[in-house]
Amino acid sequence: MEMTGAQILMTMLKQEGVDTLFGFPGGAVIDIYDELARTDIRHILVRHEQGAVHAADGYARASGKVGVCLVTSGPGATNTVTGIASAHADSIPVVILTGQVPTHLIGNDAFQEVDIVGITRPCTKHNYLVKSIADLARTVKEAFFLARSGRPGPVLVDIPKNVASGRGLYEPPGEVSLRSYNPTYQPHRKQLSEVARLIEEARQPVIFAGGGVLRSGGAAALTRLARRTLIPVTTSLMGLGAFPGSDPLFLGMIGMHGTYAANMSTGDCDLMLAVGVRFDDRVTGKTDLFASQAKIVHIDIDPTSIRKNVQVGIPVVGDCRISLELLDEMVADARLAGLADRRAPWLARIADWKRSQPLAYQNGNAIKPQYVIEQVHALTRGEAVITTEVGQNQMWAAQYYRFDHPDHFITSGGLGTMGFGLPAAIGAQIACPGKTVIDIAGDGSIQMNIQELATAVQYELPVKIVILNNGYLGMVRQWQELFFGKRYSATRMDHAPDFVKLAEAYGAVGLRASRPADVVPVLREGLAVRRPVMMDFVVEAEEGVYPMVPSGSPLTEMLLV
Amino acid sequence: MNAEKHVMTMLVDNEPGVVSRIAGLFSGKGFNIESICGSPTNDPRVSRITIATQANPPVVEQIEKQLRKLVNVIKLRSLNGPSCVRRELALACITVKPEQRAEVLRIVDLAQGKIADAGLSHLIIELSGEQEEVQTVLNLLKPYGIKKLARTGPIGLIREPK
Repeated sequence: MEMTGAQILMTMLKQEGVDTLFGFPGGAVIDIYDELARTDIRHILVRHEQGAVHAADGYARASGKVGVCLVTSGPGATNTVTGIASAHADSIPVVILTGQVPTHLIGNDAFQEVDIVGITRPCTKHNYLVKSIADLARTVKEAFFLARSGRPGPVLVDIPKNVASGRGLYEPPGEVSLRSYNPTYQPHRKQLSEVARLIEEARQPVIFAGGGVLRSGGAAALTRLARRTLIPVTTSLMGLGAFPGSDPLFLGMIGMHGTYAANMSTGDCDLMLAVGVRFDDRVTGKTDLFASQAKIVHIDIDPTSIRKNVQVGIPVVGDCRISLELLDEMVADARLAGLADRRAPWLARIADWKRSQPLAYQNGNAIKPQYVIEQVHALTRGEAVITTEVGQNQMWAAQYYRFDHPDHFITSGGLGTMGFGLPAAIGAQIACPGKTVIDIAGDGSIQMNIQELATAVQYELPVKIVILNNGYLGMVRQWQELFFGKRYSATRMDHAPDFVKLAEAYGAVGLRASRPADVVPVLREGLAVRRPVMMDFVVEAEEGVYPMVPSGSPLTEMLLV
Repeated sequence: MNAEKHVMTMLVDNEPGVVSRIAGLFSGKGFNIESICGSPTNDPRVSRITIATQANPPVVEQIEKQLRKLVNVIKLRSLNGPSCVRRELALACITVKPEQRAEVLRIVDLAQGKIADAGLSHLIIELSGEQEEVQTVLNLLKPYGIKKLARTGPIGLIREPK
């Protein structure tokens, strides 16, 4: 059948089950937009292309589907780069469709021309320039296949204007098969049975779960295995929600701002079962001393993650969910007899760590940011989808909002992108219309993509923004306080806007709490409104995030409150 | 751990941008390319690229894994040890006075090299062989004055079972 490129693109998007696009139009994609208006695909007009990618990212994390965005050439394309790099760092399936100048102008420094394929090569899983209409359908199909399979990630498809507007023969592409790309889903059985034996024999085991567990849909399998084998669980920032936060076996988050119990357990464990993690430097502290007493088992679908940062005893390349389910089958009930007794001393030590050094802060006259998060948790009964910006707000959200469900915590973990939270909340709210979606923000980072408030208002998305307003770029200020003699170089955020008035100017609801007693009433009011609400909590200015492991120290050496 | 010379060969999709992906991976991850040589194979859709690098063994492992992860890299093998044939081609332009010509030609002859071009005061010599052999001949030619030098770096194939 003869079709235009734009029609072929829409046909392929429908075939891939796309119902929502986040985008911003422009000259090079005008033909695609013209065709888009004739379909029933919902288009969300963001206010900046970076917001489009973060929104698609938030949508992907909340829905488990591929997020899709559409932007024009040149600046439209370059504006997506931070969003793409964020999705890449966190292995999130996003397809980015960019317009390009017509093929005969490529290389001529044409108006709004940029080599976006060249620019995004190191921060995409793969990318394409579609030079001929005959390649379009297959390329789009491959892009979705690559984005969601194996270790997921962003894939960019650059479409020149004449490819979109030209006519060509559409032939439905068959199944994708790439001879050079075959992710290993099935783990090596023999390796796994060795792991099963170690689980049965270990006296002081710990499970360390990361984002790979969530991406593979393995949270239920992990929870079942951990509970059956009585292994305490810690997670990376990206893994929060992979194991219920309220389960007694949960140790809390690991790493630079991990809990005392989680970090101490790494020093003494004799078996670490690391699943879907990549041993980021924010997790391991000084790598030589990380879990140095333990045999480390590392399960991951990406072979490059294994032995990249930490030497491991047993590497297992495979899908996290499949591996955990197989492990659960392999651990024999018979061998677990008397397990509770064997684990008792270890679990008692952990309980002791939890009791002696729980997450803590001191109350005062000013609002404590930790208290705000605790109240957000209480008022939403732990059922909200939480997105965050980056910095102290992100760490307090991770520490104090106990995540009981997978895919309810959406944060820029790997890249640490300020300005991520609000657009990601918009994407998550579209994926989960019935859920409460809250962006935990700081007064610094919320200003990095504040323009997306207009998007939330336009599409009547009732996202809630909780600003922990301390007047500082708080995390950098904390480092300056601790390691740079309190020389607060460029971290004081003077001249912040009046966030209440700003919210109102955008057509959202603005609320403010300045005293501890205001916190709950403001949250109640904000959460009750079915509109976008920005809540400004004026919090203790120089509150720090603790525990804290100074960069380069072993995990067991923490600064405590 | 000491950096060692390591040669790897890969079959890749013969498409624009593939060399850039590979080179970008090396520079982006802080790996070093000593030489890179590529050309289409008998299947025009596939090219063979051979890269020599200096790295310690864990880094080599990581480089190879990262290369295999590239969607356009079809197959990658190490080209080290006696199980493979490795060759390098070099073209060396040597300044040669007439009275030196005979002895230079003798060296070239001994090394089974060829004269690719000749003039009153120069010779372009074509050498091939294992990289170390080529280097030995170049060392012998050095006293005459190497004006220009072009080397491919190693290419190679894994031997088939006998």
